[in-house]
Amino acid sequence: MEVLTTEGRDRLASHMSDVREQADERSEESMQTNLLVRNRWSAATLRVLSSMPSRSVGQQSRLEIISQCNIRSTQLRRYHRQTQDVSLSSRPSIRGYGIEADSEDVCEEETKRQELVNNLQSLSAGDRVRMLRATPLSLAEKTKLRKRVFSDKVGQSLLSSQVPCCSLLKRALYHILFGCLFIVSSLQLWQVALKRLGGRFGTGVLSYFLFIRTLLLFNVFLFLINGLFLVLPQAIHPPLHTPSSHRVTGLELFTGTGYLSNSVMFYGYYTNSTINTSCRPDEATAGTGCSTTSDPHMMAYNIPLAYFFTICITFFITGIVLVYSMSKSFGRSFRVFKSQGNLAIKVFCSWDFKVSKKMSVRLQSENITTQLKELLSEVKGGEEEKGRLSGMAVHLLAWSISLGSTFFCALGIHCFAKHMHLRRLEDVEGEVSLVHEARLLALPGVVSCGNLLLPGLFNLVSWMENFNSPIVRLYVSIFRNLLLKVSILGVLCYHWLGKIAAEPQQHGLQCWESFVGQELYRFLLVDFIFTVLYTVFGEFIWKLFSQGVLRRRRKPVFDIARNVLELIYGQTLTWLGVLFTPLLPAVQILKLLLLFHMKKSSLLVNCQASRKPWRASQMSTLFISLLCFPSFLGATVSVTYTIWTIKPSSGCGPFRNLPFMFHSGKQWAQELKSTNPKLAWLNWVHGCLVENPFFLFLMAGVFLMVIYVQTQILDGQRKIISLLQDQIENEGKDKKFLITRLQAVHEKRQYPLSPSSRPQPQGSEV
Amino acid sequence: MGTTASQLGKDLLSEYQELTFLTKQEILLAHKRFSELLSKEDRNLTSVPMEKVLSLPELKSNPFRKRICHVFSTSDMKDGSLTFEDFLDLLSAFSDSATLEIKSHYAFRIFDFDDDGTLDGGDLEKLVNCLTGETEDTRLTPEEMRQLISNILEESDIDKDGTVNLSEFQHVISRSPDFVSSFKIVL
Repeated sequence: MEVLTTEGRDRLASHMSDVREQADERSEESMQTNLLVRNRWSAATLRVLSSMPSRSVGQQSRLEIISQCNIRSTQLRRYHRQTQDVSLSSRPSIRGYGIEADSEDVCEEETKRQELVNNLQSLSAGDRVRMLRATPLSLAEKTKLRKRVFSDKVGQSLLSSQVPCCSLLKRALYHILFGCLFIVSSLQLWQVALKRLGGRFGTGVLSYFLFIRTLLLFNVFLFLINGLFLVLPQAIHPPLHTPSSHRVTGLELFTGTGYLSNSVMFYGYYTNSTINTSCRPDEATAGTGCSTTSDPHMMAYNIPLAYFFTICITFFITGIVLVYSMSKSFGRSFRVFKSQGNLAIKVFCSWDFKVSKKMSVRLQSENITTQLKELLSEVKGGEEEKGRLSGMAVHLLAWSISLGSTFFCALGIHCFAKHMHLRRLEDVEGEVSLVHEARLLALPGVVSCGNLLLPGLFNLVSWMENFNSPIVRLYVSIFRNLLLKVSILGVLCYHWLGKIAAEPQQHGLQCWESFVGQELYRFLLVDFIFTVLYTVFGEFIWKLFSQGVLRRRRKPVFDIARNVLELIYGQTLTWLGVLFTPLLPAVQILKLLLLFHMKKSSLLVNCQASRKPWRASQMSTLFISLLCFPSFLGATVSVTYTIWTIKPSSGCGPFRNLPFMFHSGKQWAQELKSTNPKLAWLNWVHGCLVENPFFLFLMAGVFLMVIYVQTQILDGQRKIISLLQDQIENEGKDKKFLITRLQAVHEKRQYPLSPSSRPQPQGSEV
Repeated sequence: MGTTASQLGKDLLSEYQELTFLTKQEILLAHKRFSELLSKEDRNLTSVPMEKVLSLPELKSNPFRKRICHVFSTSDMKDGSLTFEDFLDLLSAFSDSATLEIKSHYAFRIFDFDDDGTLDGGDLEKLVNCLTGETEDTRLTPEEMRQLISNILEESDIDKDGTVNLSEFQHVISRSPDFVSSFKIVL
């Protein structure tokens, strides 16, 4: 095409556009979007198009960049209230008429540059440096600009001597902060493994593993706080107990009874008195800790108070962190400017330039390809999805099967638990033997079986139903599993808190809190054992079976919903048990670590990426909100109920002599009032907050008002954004109109007598 | 290689520190690596040809390596060769402390394969091909590619001219929280 002259090219272009005109008249829509595609226009039009300000980005259009810099430096000056003269006419669209003569360009560039130098000189030193740094010019250009700016000032001494100390300090702080962030980010747990998994299996499976990591962090926090404030002081100053003879069998580790029940693991071990740090063990009298004759320099550590406040504060902080991360996730997924999808962001922003190994680059490409295919298939699936009335009956049947099986499972567990308690009563009267201990594991075993088998049933049922989109299938599956877990936990909580705690003597227990703690410990362990068994037998052997016997080429697919809900179930058990077993988070940490590695290996060996990729973009939001709402809220409600309304057992534990657990806090507040009148307001605050509901209503009202105002602001912003979008579209239409007019005028001038000249510009919007 | 600090004057060093986002250590390291690239050639050469730059381990497997060299090169022959100042420009744009504006500006120029100032369909297609890799089985089918490009234009082309210009690109980028952290190359 370069061989042709301008004339020849125009003729060819007009001929080609003639041919296209007929085709285009039939397809108007394509015209609307492709009007500025290159090969329809003449050379003059092309020159205009290529020098349009919105397209001048490259090295050759320094003028545009300098103009932008001018605008910004003027704004900066106005902001700092320095000289008020505004001498810029840098509105880019006016510049368009200067295209013919290049020499005019050079002059204009020179004037613009001089203006920029003037602007920069009037800024402060810090602003100037920042402005220069942030300009996307090449280093050579910037050096020239800088020399001109500084040539009027006192020469080179500016470079080195005039660095004020506060900017040095700022820079140092900045570096320290970056160093810390770097350390924190390099401590990212399992970064390499996660990247590998994400590359092979996509974002859905990856979100499961990220969720394990989040749960691990929560448990580490719980463990550290509990360990520091509860376990450590009590472990250092052990209370005197009558040593009970227990045979050490290996089963203790699983049942939590025997020597473990008198250890720092369970509630019953903790004393109900104040520990003084300087007392010696031989001074201790049984049950009351050290003598209270103290000299004022000793530190007194009140165990019941510490217990109460530690639990409350950990729950409070965990709640805040959960709500905060949930709102952040929501904020990320639902934006004010809600576009149709994420494809553009994925394409423009997802390449990680840090990756340098060939294998990792390949993995990254795989990852991106999978994600793009997921997004595309969802977009396509969304377009094809229509409502269907048929299959309603199938859905009804499926739902009734799931709900029915859940109900029967819960009922069964309730009856079995009652039966097991009766058996246990008989055992307690008799000899303590291995079989009796093992019977304690029966209830957890049955519950875990139910947890394993019923989701399989749900899977079968949903295979029978035909869902249009995989997302709907996933949500339905999650909901059913959630219902199952909630009902199981509800039944168990009713058992423990409603029956056992209310009448502990009837169940033959001196220390019902320790018993409940042991039950939770057993549940956690048995759940883990069953998960291991399922992974080994379920996934591995199924893979062998399906590949060997059924001769299927595909390996099984990882079931995300079920695995996530199992994690949430385990975490709920941990939160329920923290009050009774302060070391339960440690058990959960070990369990999560082992689970991560086991699931990872099983995944890599046994499963493959789902053949039909679907987008799992809001998965993290969903998981966090499931963790927050049913799980954490339920645990908080039961812990609050325990602290508020259940009488602690009188034979063990830190709250032995109190009518209710929260009385420890109340007593302390009253003590403060009597010993230190200045802190009486604390008591008043405590009374207001805890006992007077009016205050809570007021807080809730203020909170709701704030939410309402925020939603109105968001609404207003949305309206403004859509108005601005319309305006930009109209400007685009104006641009197209002018360009086509220009083309028509040019053609009229070129071919005044040619039959193919068109008096009307085509495709113009009037 | 000897002491490189003596080869880079103190004035020059502080000037570079002021004009780029790099710290002193990063500039010295860049000087060292750049001199290594020059070492086998004649010492009087000031710019390194593109093939040598592409042999750097940080750029070797990057699918955008050629575009990066072209964008940052200020040579008149448009052959992608880099002087030391171009190399510093490159590292500064890809550094930790560079602003979002600078990064998005240079990202736009890197993705603009035909250098016409906008991202049209052809540019987007080449971009997606770079992202999805060299091998045939990871590439998208033509049907998927067509749909992808039309979706991207639908989402990001606000003035409906069929191309994505710099402002529209920066608008898309501003919605992504991890662009700044992924647009990084560290020596």
